[in-house]
Amino acid sequence: MRAFLPAYEMETPRDLAAALDCLASAPGVWQAFAGGTDLMVLLEAGKLPQKKFLNIWNLEELRGIFVSAEYVTLGALTTYAEVQRHEILAREFPLLCRAAAETGSVATQNRGTLGGNIANASPAADSPPALIVYDAEIEMVSMSGARFLPYASFHTGYKQMNLQAGELIRAIRLPRVRAGRKQYFRKVGTRRAQAISKICFAGVARVEAARIADVRIALGSVSPAVLRAVRAEELLRGQRLGSVDLRGAQDALGAEIAPIDDMRSTARYRRSVARNLLAEFVETLVG
Amino acid sequence: MPEPARKIRVSCVVNGAAASFEAYPMARLLDVLREELKLTGTKEGCGEGECGACSIELDGQLVNSCLVPALQAEGTRIRTIEGLAIGDNLHALQQAFITHGGAQCGICTPGMILAAVNLLAQHPQPDGAQIREGLSGNLCRCTGYMKIFESVVAAVRQTESRA
Repeated sequence: MRAFLPAYEMETPRDLAAALDCLASAPGVWQAFAGGTDLMVLLEAGKLPQKKFLNIWNLEELRGIFVSAEYVTLGALTTYAEVQRHEILAREFPLLCRAAAETGSVATQNRGTLGGNIANASPAADSPPALIVYDAEIEMVSMSGARFLPYASFHTGYKQMNLQAGELIRAIRLPRVRAGRKQYFRKVGTRRAQAISKICFAGVARVEAARIADVRIALGSVSPAVLRAVRAEELLRGQRLGSVDLRGAQDALGAEIAPIDDMRSTARYRRSVARNLLAEFVETLVG
Repeated sequence: MPEPARKIRVSCVVNGAAASFEAYPMARLLDVLREELKLTGTKEGCGEGECGACSIELDGQLVNSCLVPALQAEGTRIRTIEGLAIGDNLHALQQAFITHGGAQCGICTPGMILAAVNLLAQHPQPDGAQIREGLSGNLCRCTGYMKIFESVVAAVRQTESRA
């Protein structure tokens, strides 16, 4: 059933300070509203419980991609289209660009934002695995100041996150890495465009002297929240490329994911694809 | 019972002319265009951002108007299918869709053409892959897409020969 529109309020704060003031004045009452690509779907379906929204779309303080010697910092309102167009991101963080290109359509990518995708906290979102393998940090702001958190510890359970009432996500920052690294991303959905993931896999590894010196693996749609596969990572770290214990790494991965049957896929399919994607990732390290 | 939201007045530019309407802040831009501004060329398909039938340009960017709340239209420039023809002269894409069978039932057509217009603004001479990608958010249940792709190619060719 469609939503009863008079029940929904929306205000446009004039700047970030006004937005934070509003959030602090009535904790939990106001919800940030950016590009609307998730919230408007819920509204139309009559499934939007929150009734008061802060239109943050025009807040300049949350926009822009900034590059320093150490970080690339993306404002929370950076859209998927902007991620794809950015040259340094394309060169140094290609997995994030791939995730952005494979999320929704052109129209969705023009409106959908990185911060919105994170705060929507869907376990099937495609940018979180890429952010995690890049050791992203998330910056949150409130009336009492700013704080940073490793993004890998931001999502704490199904739709649960480390974001207090009164806080807004201000930015995501990605540490720049000088050393060469092998990077792998694959989203498996029903069709290549516009489909929500059945499973999504991101992996980054540093190879030194034919050994896996360091590795990061993260997956979407296989657990209640995006998952960093620390056990599989641990098993792979230090292994010689010619003789990787792939079976062992696959078993470790199998033990840490918890896929379910749902409208998009089955637990069994997701389990076998997760193992296969890990094998494909390890193969790319050799080449 | 909390106090209900009041309608707000929103001013924007639609197809080159100043426009103003009253709407609840979270009314869908799609509904406002059709019901308040009487621009019924923009169609509703899925109503959840999957099909692209309601595609319009908002500040030069392709968006699904079913996912834009009225409040966010404040101060924007909007282009709909009604804004493409100049008098009786159809836009090259509109004419190509007619000539090459790119439109059948017509529900996806306005959104499809807006997506194509937006694609050509960024890539005036798109290759086949760019056309497919540019239109991948617009679903059509009639044509099987080939005639749509052919229509876009024909429009590009025609625009080139005129230039």
